[in-house]
Order: sequence, then C-alpha cells, then structure tokens
Amino acid sequence: MESLTLSDVEQKYYSELFLSCDVDNTKKVASNGKVLDLFRAAQLSNEVVHQITELCGATRLGHFGRSQFYIALKLIALAQSGLPLRVESLNSVRDLPLPRFVMSKNEQETRHAVMFADTENQGPYLPRPPGRVQAKKVSAHEMIQPCVPTVDPQPDTTSPVVSPHQSPPTSPHAWRKHKRQASGGNVDRQSSVPGVVWPPFREAQPGPVTGDGMWSAHSPPPVQESWVSFTDTPPSSTLPMHPPSAQPESATVRTVPSAMTTNEIQRQSIGYDDPWKITDEQRQYYINQFKTIQADLTGFIPGSAAKEFFTKSKLPILELSHIWELSDFDKDGALTLDEFCAAFHLVVARKNGYDLPEKLPESLMPKLIDLDDSAGVPEPAPEVGFSASPVEVTPNKSPSMPSLNQNWPELNQSNEQWETFSERSSSSQTLTQFDSNIAPADPDTAIVHPVPIRMTPSKIHMQEMELKRTGSDHTNPASPLMANPPELSDETKLAATIKFPGTTVGDGYSSSDSFTSDQEPISSAVNRQRSHSGTSPEGLKVVAPPPPPPRPHASHSRSSSLDMNRNFAAVPAGPQQPGVVAFPPAVPPRPLPTQTSVPHGHRSVEGDGPPAHTSTSPQQMPEQPNFADFSQFQAFAVDQPADDGEKPSDSGQAERCAETTGTMRTAKNDVQAEERNATTVNSAKVSTPLAPPPKPVRRRLKSEDELRPDVEDLPQKSNVIATVLATQPSIPRSIGKDKKAIQASIRRNKETNTVLARLNSELQQQLKDLLEERISLEVQLEQLRPFSHL
Amino acid sequence: MAVCIAVIAKENYPLYIRSVPTQGELKFHYTVHTSLDVVEEKISGVGKALADQRELYLGLLYPTEDYKVYGYVTNSKVKFVIVVDSSNTSLRDNEIRSMFRKLHNSFTDVMCNPFYNPGDTIQSKAFDSIVSTMMVQAC
Repeated sequence: MESLTLSDVEQKYYSELFLSCDVDNTKKVASNGKVLDLFRAAQLSNEVVHQITELCGATRLGHFGRSQFYIALKLIALAQSGLPLRVESLNSVRDLPLPRFVMSKNEQETRHAVMFADTENQGPYLPRPPGRVQAKKVSAHEMIQPCVPTVDPQPDTTSPVVSPHQSPPTSPHAWRKHKRQASGGNVDRQSSVPGVVWPPFREAQPGPVTGDGMWSAHSPPPVQESWVSFTDTPPSSTLPMHPPSAQPESATVRTVPSAMTTNEIQRQSIGYDDPWKITDEQRQYYINQFKTIQADLTGFIPGSAAKEFFTKSKLPILELSHIWELSDFDKDGALTLDEFCAAFHLVVARKNGYDLPEKLPESLMPKLIDLDDSAGVPEPAPEVGFSASPVEVTPNKSPSMPSLNQNWPELNQSNEQWETFSERSSSSQTLTQFDSNIAPADPDTAIVHPVPIRMTPSKIHMQEMELKRTGSDHTNPASPLMANPPELSDETKLAATIKFPGTTVGDGYSSSDSFTSDQEPISSAVNRQRSHSGTSPEGLKVVAPPPPPPRPHASHSRSSSLDMNRNFAAVPAGPQQPGVVAFPPAVPPRPLPTQTSVPHGHRSVEGDGPPAHTSTSPQQMPEQPNFADFSQFQAFAVDQPADDGEKPSDSGQAERCAETTGTMRTAKNDVQAEERNATTVNSAKVSTPLAPPPKPVRRRLKSEDELRPDVEDLPQKSNVIATVLATQPSIPRSIGKDKKAIQASIRRNKETNTVLARLNSELQQQLKDLLEERISLEVQLEQLRPFSHL
Repeated sequence: MAVCIAVIAKENYPLYIRSVPTQGELKFHYTVHTSLDVVEEKISGVGKALADQRELYLGLLYPTEDYKVYGYVTNSKVKFVIVVDSSNTSLRDNEIRSMFRKLHNSFTDVMCNPFYNPGDTIQSKAFDSIVSTMMVQAC
C-alpha cells in the first residue's frame, strides 16, 4: 500500500466518510456495504468503482481498511475529475477536488432498496436468510464469484464494488445486503446506520445545545489509531477550514482537541481549497441560527444577544472577544448576517483547534460572501452522501435538512453588505463628528510652529498708528490691517513674523497683510503722511507727519523707542516687545542736532543692536536713540556701503524714522538740492545716495536737536514746511531758473524717494527682527506657564 | 512616538497601561498616576454648564525633565494619558491630538465588543496593535 498524503481537508473529509461507513464502530474497517454505497453515490460507473476498489487494495484485503478507504476516496476524486486512475496519481495530483457523493440518503435507501430488489432478482445468488450468515457468506462468496461476470453488466445492482477481483470483501457486503434484504423492512436498519450518523448532524442544527451526547457517542476522541498517519478529526470537526498556516498538501498529524462537546455545528467533512470559506451548508446552518436569534435576515443581531449565543460555545471570553473584533466589520456593535456567519465560522474553527487569525480572512469578509455564486460552487463542494442534494429533500430524516438544502441560490446576503457598509459609514461618521469636536479647536493646522501668540496691545497700537497715519487711504497695505485689526490672529502674526525675514521691504506698521508690500506704498504712505500734514501744493517733500497716536506707554518699548522723548530719556518704556514698532514721533525738525556726535555714538551702539536683536530692551535702548539719527544713519549707511551688517538695521531704523524725518530730510534735501544744483547737478543725480549725506549731515545736526523735543516737532515741521514752501515757490519764479530748479527738485525728490525707501526698508527689517524677538519671548513665556492655556 | 500610553477609567483605575519596557515601568505608572491629579484639575475647572463643550484634548499636562505628559478625557470621564520623551521635540501638538483620536476610536471599538465588560482591563488585540503603532518602536 503506497502511502497517501492527504490534505487536511481531505483528511477530515475522508475520516468522516470512513466513520460514516464504520457501521460497526470498529474504526478500522469500513463496512463494505457502506463503502459500496458510498462509491455508488460517487456516480461513477461500476467499472470505475471496481477499478478503484482494486487499486485501493480492498480487493486484496477483502475489506476496506482505513487506508484503503482513503485511497479509494482519492481515486474516486480522481475519477470524478476525469483523471485516469493510477496509483501514482494518488500523491502526485495536487489540488484534487474531493470526491463528491451526491447520493442522498433517501437515494441511498432507495438504492439499497433497488439493490435489494436487484439482489432479489439475483435471488439465486444472493438472497439468503439472515440466519445463515456464515453459510451465506460463503455461499455468497461462492456465488458471487461466479456471478461476478453477471454482476458486472448490471449497472447498479448488488454491489458496485463487486468486481472480478473482489472476493472476500464482497461477501460481507453481500451478506449485509442479504441481511438487509432479509430484514425486508429492515431498510431502516441500514438507514439507521447513516441515520446514526445523521441525527447528530441534524440535531446540532436545530439547536445549539443539542447533539452533544450523540456526537460524543459517535465521535470518539480524535486520537486515532492512524497508522495511516491521518488524524481522524471528529466528524463534527470536519470543517473545511484550515488555518492559513497549515500546509494544505501535507498530511499533518493533527490531534484536534475533542472539544466537540459543544453545541456547535457538526460540520460535515466538506473540504474546500479555501481554508476559511464557508460551505453552503454551513452558511445555511448559520442562517438558520441567525434566524433563531433574529428573524429578519436583513436585520442585525445586537451585541448582547450575540454574546449570549456565542458564550454557549464555551470558548473563553477572550477568544470570543477577539472573534467579535474580527467579525464585526463595521464596528457597530451588532452583527449582520454576514458578520454573524463569519463569527460563527470563526467560533467553529476555534472549536476545532484552529487558531484565530489576526485579521479577518477574505472569504469571511462580508462583502465577499456571496451565496449566489457559491450555489454552483465551482469547487467540488462535495457533499457527503449524507447530505441531501439541493434538489432533494429528506424531510423525514431531518426537519432542518430541508432548510439546509433549500434556497441555496437565494442565500445572497450581499444586500446586507451594503447595509453593513452604510452602517459603517454612518458609524464612522459619528466617530468623525465626535472627533470634529476636537479638531476645530486645533488652530495649529497650517502653521509651521504652533506657537500661540496673543494679540498684544502693542499690535493694536500699531494698528492705531497705522490707522491714523494712513488715514483713509485704503490702498495702503496697512489698510487691510485697519480693516481687520480684530482678525489679527496669533498664527497670522506669527506667520507674518516668519515671513518678515523673507521680505526685504515691508510695512513695518502693518501686521500680517503687508508681507510683500513694496516700496511704493511705503513711499506713498510717506507721501501721504506728508500730505496729511498739509504739504505744499505740489505734494512734494516736506510734510510733517501727523502727530503720533497716544503711546501705550510702558509695554511698548519699541514705540517708546521711537519716542523722541526717549532719546534723551533713554529709558526703555518697558520690556522689549518685538513687533512693536510704534509710529515714530512727530517728525522732528529737519536737521538733526548733534548729528556727528550722536550718530557716532548711536552708530556704535546700533552696531550692537541689530546683531542682538533678540536681546532685551536695554539693547533696544541704544537703538532707539538712533531713530532720531535715522538720517544720520542713512548717511552713514550710504557712506559706508561696506557696512552691510549694520546697514539693514540702520536702514531699518532709519526707515522707522523715515516718516517722521522724511519731511525733514526732504526739506533738507530741498535745501541741499538747491545747493547741489549750484554745484553738482549731475553728480547729484549720479550719486544720489551720496548727495544727501554731506548736506544732511549738516542738517541733521540741527534737526536732531529739534527732533528731541516733541513739542517742537510740529512747529519745526511747520517750519520745515514753511521753508520748503518758501524754497519751492522761489524756484519756479525765474524761468531760467525754473528748468534748473525743476530739474533740481526732481532730482531732489528722486533722491529723497530713494533715501526714504531705503530707510523704510531698513526700518521694516528692524521691525521684523523685533517682532520675531517678541514672539520668541512670548513662546518662552508660554512654555513656562503651561497652565495658562486651559 | 509615545513612551507610555495609559487608559484610565472613570473611577481612576487603569484599564490599560503599557509602556516601553526599556525603562522602569514603575516610573511610568507613577507618572500616570500623578498626572491624574492634573487631569482632574483641568476638567473640574471647566465644570459649569458647558461640561459637554469642554474640549476633550487637555494638552500638555505637565513637563518634566525627561518627558512630557499629555492628557485627553472623554465625555464619560475615561482618561487617556500619553507620555512622550522630552528629547522627541519633533512631536507636534497636532500629532498628539491625532494619537488621542486614534486611541479614542480604538477604545470605542473595544467598548462595542459585547464580550467586553466595562471595567475590565482591555485585552483586545486590535487595541494593542493600535497602541503598538504609537509607541516608540524601540527594542
């Protein structure tokens, strides 16, 4: 006998079949009668059957031992798949579908009856009184042999296994037939044999808690004397499932725990290639169970009911919990039919010793289970002869069998999948809705650095200044600021500060809106400022900027830095707060007093200032006086182009004072321009940046002194304006001079514009730096006070 | 990546606590326990009438030298606590929020399981896997 390797499925299947044939409960020999019946149920020609029996060695042995039986089954499978029957093919053929026995029990009975009848027809050969068993046996044996040739042609007569080569095996078979036949109405006996097998199947189906005892009686402990190296799993455990880890092709000796004392399904040994696939019968069974809990097949089983149901399986709660997690696909706490089937399937698998998968197998997923397709399952979803064919019903034997067999094609639960998923979507929506409670509160979605920054009054102050400065000019980039001061959020402000370094010129007084403001608006702002304070008719140059808005005092060192008062007070108004660039005080009188001396000092200090932008306020202090010297700085910055390091800060600072001193400068420039005109017109044009410096120096000296006192600003400005006005009208007077004057004034304006623009950019830069510094300080503050934002 | 994740029931006993085993777990247990005080303080402060609108994410409960503790409390007073390493500065607030969201979702899934008795320790493998993804993938 060659060794036979069976897949697990096959093992199960075969063992179950063997047990079913094992009428005598010998567990060693399958009764020939049953075997032959089974083989007939395979719907193979008698010849094939004979061949099979011959090949499997039963003929030699005279009986169907387990191995023979298995081999025979495999051969039947071969034959059914149309493969030639060869011993070698037993092990070589992989993925061989399981043998299919479509004969229903009734059919079997009928067949038996037929056989009996036939045997009766062959009366002379077979019928024997039961009493004379032995004699019959022998005689049958003898009889059979001669009648073998005659038996063969008979299609489904006595024993399909009767083959020329078979002698002894048939005798008991025939004997049994005789016995049955003799017992006439003892058909039931035979049917009782399968019936013995049946009831456990059936009883398990109607109710979960039945059939235990029955099965225990009939399903001996799985420890089998398997010299064939098969393990006979309990019939009830002949589930077609294999844990994915099992090797499907190897005959693994598996000792399945005999934990079939369960209420669960007594699965028939139907093998599938897909380990986790649910057979049709299983599905039907599951559906029946589902109905017992929930009549509506499209409805749900609530969690509590499912819990009770599955608790009956006596699996540990932990495993049941895991099964639930796997099977509740949409996580809604209820089981649809598909989910229920999956859960049931998993429970059965677990009961049979298969480990639960970590993830739901595909075949168990709700959307993949479609009974419409499985009704005509391409696989040889073999039903053991015990099961009724879809068409045939065995109402008398099992009340639930009909339901099992009926309505196969109708068991399409795909509808529920949609419900499942809709449920899932809704549940997920609820989840997301729930989550959305949290989400909106998170303001840091788009910001690189999620640092909350409060809107400081200084900011508002800046806005106020801007408002006042720009008046009604809405083209000013700061005007959006005006329009949206309350919208200044922490993020935007932070973003603004982040962007500040990126931009060269920005309106230092606007917060988030003027990242990319160019010089135009600034100069226009400057111009406006000039005009605001009542410029000359030409709108040129000298216009004293409006008086600055009231200062928020101590909290805004920056603003106070711009305060001219501070220049001599030199007292920082308070902790340095970056970003607070208060509008520089009213433009001091044009020429800055003590230009040479003060700027130097300031300059040196200023050198320290910019590099230490993040320093505290004291450092700003030295910077602050520089504001007064903006023009000075500018001059120096211009003078020393190499001094780039300081230049930005200078220009920044200078820019801050741009507006304030712009008028002065322009006034100075005017004056200077006039002077320049006389001297180097062209040179002034060419060296525009240089032109102002020498002259402004002089002027600044004077203006700085004037810058200091706030009080004098306005009158000084007016003086400046007056001077400018005075100068300007003088220009157009003489025609000859006019051209020159106009040109000069044009040049002057250009120079002024350039200077002011540069100054503005520098001031903007400084503003950005200070804003960043302020933000960082605030961040530190926040970090040190984690409870603040509750 | 969290160093320790804990789920505390309404009655302030742990339903689930898991930490990176490299360091002494007792320390984390202690930390989580002490953080409960902070949680209580935070949620009691906003009692009033808008108890429902109270934000679930509590944020940084308190920082210590080695790590930071974040808190999250559900409407049913189940608290989630995440302890992250202070050296992991790249962990943003948004990420912590998403971690809490995931935790909450997994927790509701566990709750949905009829075989889970509220009050039991959470032994769900799915929950464990979610937590593993959030823990420091250390040795």
